Amino acid sequence: MARAAVPGRLSWRVARLAAVRDETTTARTLLLDVPDWPGHLPGQHVDVRLTAADGYQAQRSYSVANAADGDRVELTVQRVPNGEVSGYLAGPYAVGDPVEIRGPVGGWFVWRPDTTDPVLLIAGGSGIVPLMAMIRARRAAGSRVPFRLIYSVRTPADVYYADELRRRARDDAGLDVSYVYTREAPEAWPGQVGRLGVSRVNTDGWPAMLEPACYVCGPTGFVETVADILIALGHDPRRVRTERFGPTGG
Amino acid sequence: MGIVSPGFQGRPRSPGAVTLPPGQYLTEDFPVLSAGPTPRIDVAGWQFVITTEDGTEQRWSWPELLDLPSEDVTVDLHCVTKWSKLGTRWHGVSLDTLLADIDTSADYALAHSYGGYTTNLPLADLLDGQAWIAYRYDDADLSPEHGGPARLLVPHLYLWKSAKWVHGIRLLTDDEPGFWETAGYHDYGDPWREQRYQGD
Amino acid sequence: MTDQPVTSVLPEGRHLTDEQHLPDEHHLDGNALAGPLGEIFAVDVTTAIGRCASCGRAGPLAALMVYSDAPGLVARCPHCTGVLLRLVRGPVDVWLDLHGALSLRIAVPTG
Repeated sequence: MARAAVPGRLSWRVARLAAVRDETTTARTLLLDVPDWPGHLPGQHVDVRLTAADGYQAQRSYSVANAADGDRVELTVQRVPNGEVSGYLAGPYAVGDPVEIRGPVGGWFVWRPDTTDPVLLIAGGSGIVPLMAMIRARRAAGSRVPFRLIYSVRTPADVYYADELRRRARDDAGLDVSYVYTREAPEAWPGQVGRLGVSRVNTDGWPAMLEPACYVCGPTGFVETVADILIALGHDPRRVRTERFGPTGG
Repeated sequence: MGIVSPGFQGRPRSPGAVTLPPGQYLTEDFPVLSAGPTPRIDVAGWQFVITTEDGTEQRWSWPELLDLPSEDVTVDLHCVTKWSKLGTRWHGVSLDTLLADIDTSADYALAHSYGGYTTNLPLADLLDGQAWIAYRYDDADLSPEHGGPARLLVPHLYLWKSAKWVHGIRLLTDDEPGFWETAGYHDYGDPWREQRYQGD
Repeated sequence: MTDQPVTSVLPEGRHLTDEQHLPDEHHLDGNALAGPLGEIFAVDVTTAIGRCASCGRAGPLAALMVYSDAPGLVARCPHCTGVLLRLVRGPVDVWLDLHGALSLRIAVPTG
């Protein structure tokens, strides 16, 4: 059944795959070209719609991974078990082929480079994507706002943007990156293996009295646990912004 | 229709030789759809209540429900979100049994659930072997995510009419639209006439 | 216009309380409303402050509990789980029910 398009505001645009970059064995960054892309703020997302030959449609939301850059929109897609959209995007989707995207959307979970408060980013798994956009935008804007990233993953093989994060932690002044491994840590890892808890947030985050802007993103359960921790540590709830990715976080 | 992404198939769906209602796709899994958090219901306090148009109530506790004559049924499910699942096996009490001793001249029913969900349908569509209070699915107790301990099952209408976590049915002389019906969905909801939205 | 402080702001912490509901990780939050509401509103309403008609608490729509695996989108108050917003996208129209929100306060760019 054809849908009447609500004119103007945010309609579906055709995006074509220009290139791919594998992040892990199951996650891939799609470099899309979107003609006349209006740009986006770090943290925003797009809705992606796929149509099969028989008219069947499926739709999912993905955070934009890159800082605004002309017509280029990068999405990092995690292949979710039995995921009909992720299975396609992180699978057979080929260079030159179209998908439809709508956006950018989301004005809440965004970081604006002209703000000066220190920033605490806490990522669970694929929740790193919008936070990486913030880190990239910070660099692109030449910002020196102090940023701390706590990135929780199951194993080292699950880290997205691994090399880039290593490089930025070294080269982007004012950015600190720490990792939490919940299942398996790298060789000679001095810390514990297990879920992110109060003590790591306390040690690797910003103290509440600095009144940082906090951004927490990942699977719903992770986000709620971490948001609770931040509030328990004294962060003002109004300075904690969250984005839940649902059960699998994919 | 949107632009086709070559190679996108979607979840496994096989047209095969089956005839589905218009616009539906066959699924092998059993998607969980929900408009809210899953209510935690203790059967010790569970009740099913039928309220007639004059306010008369008849109630069954959980043991009383389980004591009623019940049956196995195999039915096809059609969800308005376009998936259909065929040959699903349930066990429960027919609404014919529950409504047998109810004295009413009402034409309409409003099913209501633990958690606040409601859905309306003609009383006639609950009768004559068309509806059950189901408490077992696929040889096991009905799980909370699929509406347990008990849900309404009215398979000839779109699945949103089969209220999960059903608590009772109010019999009404006038039709009263429920949760989705007041948000644009069809008052009746016949999948074979593709009655998804108001005005279809 | 006086800048009223927003009282009883809904924390962004745990969405579900209590003995009444099973733990639920299937929901999203109001950020997921941005695309669907962006089709009909000229401003981004996920940053709007909504006041729940059931319990009176206020907070950004981005902090609502959003159930999207359903015939439509349902956004609930993170404090009391009351429904604030329902959105159904039909073939020719969008049904938006906001009767669960007492008010929406939306920032509009100056100038």
